[in-house]
Amino acid sequence: MEHWQPAADLGILRQRAGLLSTIRRFFSDRGVLEVETPQLCSHGITDPAIEPFIVADGAALARPRFLQTSPEYAMKRLLAAQSGPIYQIARAFRDGEAGARHNPEFSLLEWYRPGFDHHELMREVAALAEACLGARQVEKYSYRQLFLERLAVDPFTASVAELEAVVRSHLDPGDMAGERDLWLDLLMSHLLEPQLGAGTLCFIYDYPDSQAALAQVVSAGDVSVGQRFELYAEGMELANGYCELTDATQQRQRFERDNALRRERGQPERPLDEYLLAAMAHGLPNCSGVALGVDRLLMLMTGASSIQDVLAFDWQRC
Amino acid sequence: MANYSTSEFRSGMKVMLDGDPCSILDNEFVKPGKGQAFNRVKLRNLKTGRQWERTFKSGETLEGADVVDREMEYLYTDSEFWYFMEPDTFEQYQADAAAVGDSHLWLKENERCDVTLYNGTPLSVAPPNFVELEIVETDPGLKGDTATGGTKPAKLTTGAVVKVPLFISTGEVIRVDTRTGEYQNRVSKS
Repeated sequence: MEHWQPAADLGILRQRAGLLSTIRRFFSDRGVLEVETPQLCSHGITDPAIEPFIVADGAALARPRFLQTSPEYAMKRLLAAQSGPIYQIARAFRDGEAGARHNPEFSLLEWYRPGFDHHELMREVAALAEACLGARQVEKYSYRQLFLERLAVDPFTASVAELEAVVRSHLDPGDMAGERDLWLDLLMSHLLEPQLGAGTLCFIYDYPDSQAALAQVVSAGDVSVGQRFELYAEGMELANGYCELTDATQQRQRFERDNALRRERGQPERPLDEYLLAAMAHGLPNCSGVALGVDRLLMLMTGASSIQDVLAFDWQRC
Repeated sequence: MANYSTSEFRSGMKVMLDGDPCSILDNEFVKPGKGQAFNRVKLRNLKTGRQWERTFKSGETLEGADVVDREMEYLYTDSEFWYFMEPDTFEQYQADAAAVGDSHLWLKENERCDVTLYNGTPLSVAPPNFVELEIVETDPGLKGDTATGGTKPAKLTTGAVVKVPLFISTGEVIRVDTRTGEYQNRVSKS
């Protein structure tokens, strides 16, 4: 057995321990409560771009359970129960996500701030990142501004054909076909992301409403935007956050729209998390929340170019 | 041939793309936390030699290409085809000029080289990294001049022309790096 040894060297594992204690000190100093929530739940995420692992067998299982792709729903139930600000360092699992920046099992730092809008939370995310990485300049661009400045195309008003033409002038996607968000995702992940956050912390905010996920959607002049943000550093996505949707009816509609997309694409539908919907009907406080990749933060701290280099045992070794 | 999904793509794998056999050089998984997953794949078209990058949606599949690399012995050329033999089976293959390309400049009879077969036919030929060849034509040597560092062109038995130091003469055998076409050292004196 050649792979019994750790993937990361022990120095990096010591840095991981240091990072975890930096994170805990950061939140303890700010009065944010550490929580733990279940990893095996009876519902799965509806998002068609995220696939969970399913645990099918066990004497305690009335039906299969899903390994959580993030602790978001359970944490929102705590918020609805008046927990106040909370954070969690959770293991999350996503099927099919493996590469230099992805391991199917990974560590997420997720936290929620009642009363914060997404701009206030971005400031706190920057403060946490600086506590771990040292002082860095902070840049902020709206999604629209970024596309206009870097690609001279308006991501909200350009036609699908125009977006596809911009992609094809830079990349070879073969006979790929798809909707607006496919071309936007290609431009973002292939052309824009690699340039973001060189020596800085770069926030992108206010996404097209089709990419709002679980963020509030508001009207901003001629378009409506999802109050979502992402943090990039050294060309790598580090965190994704929302000014959270609090309306249970809208939340149910988004889950159902996801499942409709899953049906269309031949993917399995997912049972809705009725616990979350009941909590939201009871009342989720106005809040913002964010999930940050702990392994990727450690990659930045150590200069590692691959996530395997910062994990004790990566997917191939367990 | 089997089909391979993007998550199985590995460096060195041979696949069919747009009707041509291609070799996968690199496969990068790209996925935003929210949104479509892609694989950004570096490929080399084994027919044209062109290297480029193609992006696939994760989960797409490509058909494997019947491409194998074999070590063979170069036999001879009739100037239309170049003939190679598999040393174990004595099976002979003929490669055309498109498959042999510039490699003909370094093919020495009875020497081993790597032949890539596509559907059983030679697709490309790679000579050894170093070959020893005799000089058939060069300006007269400047005896003893091993210090000035000047060079002159020398024609080899295969027709290749390489730059050699001034002290090298016709009839000598030299060692050449076939990847760069550069003179390495003198192997024998005439």
